[in-house]
Amino acid sequence: MSSAARRDLGTWGRYSRWVNKHRKWVFAAPAMIFIALLLIFPLVWTLYLSFTNSKGSVRAPFDFIGFENYVKVLTDTERFWPAVGRTVYFTGGALLFEVILGIAIALMLWKPFRGEKLVRVAILLPLVATPVAIGMMWRLIFEPNIGFANEMLSWLGIPAQPWLSSPDTALSTLIFVDVWQWTPMVTLIILAGLTALPEEPDEAARVDGANWWQRLWYVTLPLLAPTIIAAVILRGIDALKTFDILYATKGKGGGSFHEVETLNTYAYGLSFDYNRYGQASTVLILFFLMIIGLIWILSLRKKALNK
Amino acid sequence: MSATTLLVLPEARRKKFPLPSFARFLGLALVVFALVAPLVWMVLASFKTNVDIYDPSKFFSFVPTLANYATVFGQANYAAYIWNSFFVAFVATVLSLVLAVPAAYSMSRFVMGKSAMVVLLARIIPGVSLLVPWYFVFSQMRLVGSYTILIMSMMFVSLPLILYIMMSYFDSMPEELEEAAQVDGLTPIGAFLRITLPLSMPGVATAGILSFIFAWNNFMFALVLSGSSTKTLPVAIFDFVGYASIDWGGLMAAAVIVTLPIMLIALFTQKYIVSGLTAGATKG
Repeated sequence: MSSAARRDLGTWGRYSRWVNKHRKWVFAAPAMIFIALLLIFPLVWTLYLSFTNSKGSVRAPFDFIGFENYVKVLTDTERFWPAVGRTVYFTGGALLFEVILGIAIALMLWKPFRGEKLVRVAILLPLVATPVAIGMMWRLIFEPNIGFANEMLSWLGIPAQPWLSSPDTALSTLIFVDVWQWTPMVTLIILAGLTALPEEPDEAARVDGANWWQRLWYVTLPLLAPTIIAAVILRGIDALKTFDILYATKGKGGGSFHEVETLNTYAYGLSFDYNRYGQASTVLILFFLMIIGLIWILSLRKKALNK
Repeated sequence: MSATTLLVLPEARRKKFPLPSFARFLGLALVVFALVAPLVWMVLASFKTNVDIYDPSKFFSFVPTLANYATVFGQANYAAYIWNSFFVAFVATVLSLVLAVPAAYSMSRFVMGKSAMVVLLARIIPGVSLLVPWYFVFSQMRLVGSYTILIMSMMFVSLPLILYIMMSYFDSMPEELEEAAQVDGLTPIGAFLRITLPLSMPGVATAGILSFIFAWNNFMFALVLSGSSTKTLPVAIFDFVGYASIDWGGLMAAAVIVTLPIMLIALFTQKYIVSGLTAGATKG
């Protein structure tokens, strides 16, 4: 393009040059504005609602009541603190099994072998399956009288278990379901980390006469630590927020004894089953602070490991 | 390198996997069984009458029936729910791609760390805390129950996902290509549209497929924001319970109907899904 042609571009040309010059913002702005509108405003609104007694209907008037909700929620040992405990138990339990099994399966898949495709397909299926449908599927499998789970136990001579139907075992059973669905995710992340590892440290250890366990424990796992923490953060955030399977299997209030009610389903119930928006917002603000705190601690640890 | 190293290495290299292969085979067989068996059970049950479901001895030996599927499509308006799910997930994916791909390019090339943090916030915030204010505002605007609000809420899930996948994709693409195109007379945006974008199609496919799957599977947003005519499949399945006694056969047929399309998509696009799910996870 000659300089004479560039000068004669006209209005459209000047417009196009402006867009090109500021493409950084022209490209980013629509997406950023969309996210900010749907995110920042609701966050501020939730914070505001947490200081009000908003309830009943969406249009009903409500008053500013200061820290009353916070006092009420933080001293509530009937629903709030048990929900905190169950959230921690569910997330911790699921993460523990998912990380151990995820690493084990990834190690088995590490080096290529025949029939690898089949395993990869099997690993992908739970990840893409619709959680509500999966919840329904496990409900039938864990049905005490007709389910596949107790049928299998009877083959092994183990007495039938109540699974989801008893308040004592329901949450642990749901940890099992979460492990079934999301261990593959951890496997994929760890596998990606394993393939990216340098081979030299492992070979050096091999030359020094280290056996398989020693190389795994002293070489591979420490090198893999940042990836493992990334998987824990990713999976941890989603496990904390688990909703679909809990609500689909045990319904409103997390069962008749609230046996599977976590912070997320508790806040949902307060909002949309009981219309207590003010109190729900307080629970959500506390929950959100908890998540941010955990991520902050974990990423500090990850940074230390990356150095 | 010492003499011993030279002697030891070839021997060590030949052993491809340190575990005895039998243990490895057994372990993987167990994994495949544990992951696939429940799904097989669900599909089998969807072809059984409720009498057969209640009889553990009719494990594999039963007369398959399509009655459950007939119930699902006959009594409940499943054809409409399938369309709703498809329409909402598809439109949300297309709109998210249009907004997020250029944004990801811009964030990747011009290193916009702060705006990436906002996106991260969208990823970690519990959806319920957004639903309450959304519900407040959108019911005032009489939008609750409309496709518009459903699509917008799904876009909120898709956008951060696509941004992350595409950012890591653009990060790994050399800038020299665009610079060369600009030397040849293309404008910066022309270079993006005619060189970078066509080359990044595998990444766009990854992001698009995952976005569609997540929108299709979404339950909570659809549960609150959909109306009776805009209901999506996961909500319709949930409605199936709720009655006094559960029609297990019908429920399993409904569950198969919602999971089957998404699993077929996943089977044909495996490598894209895997690369998308692990995008960014292994980087610092």
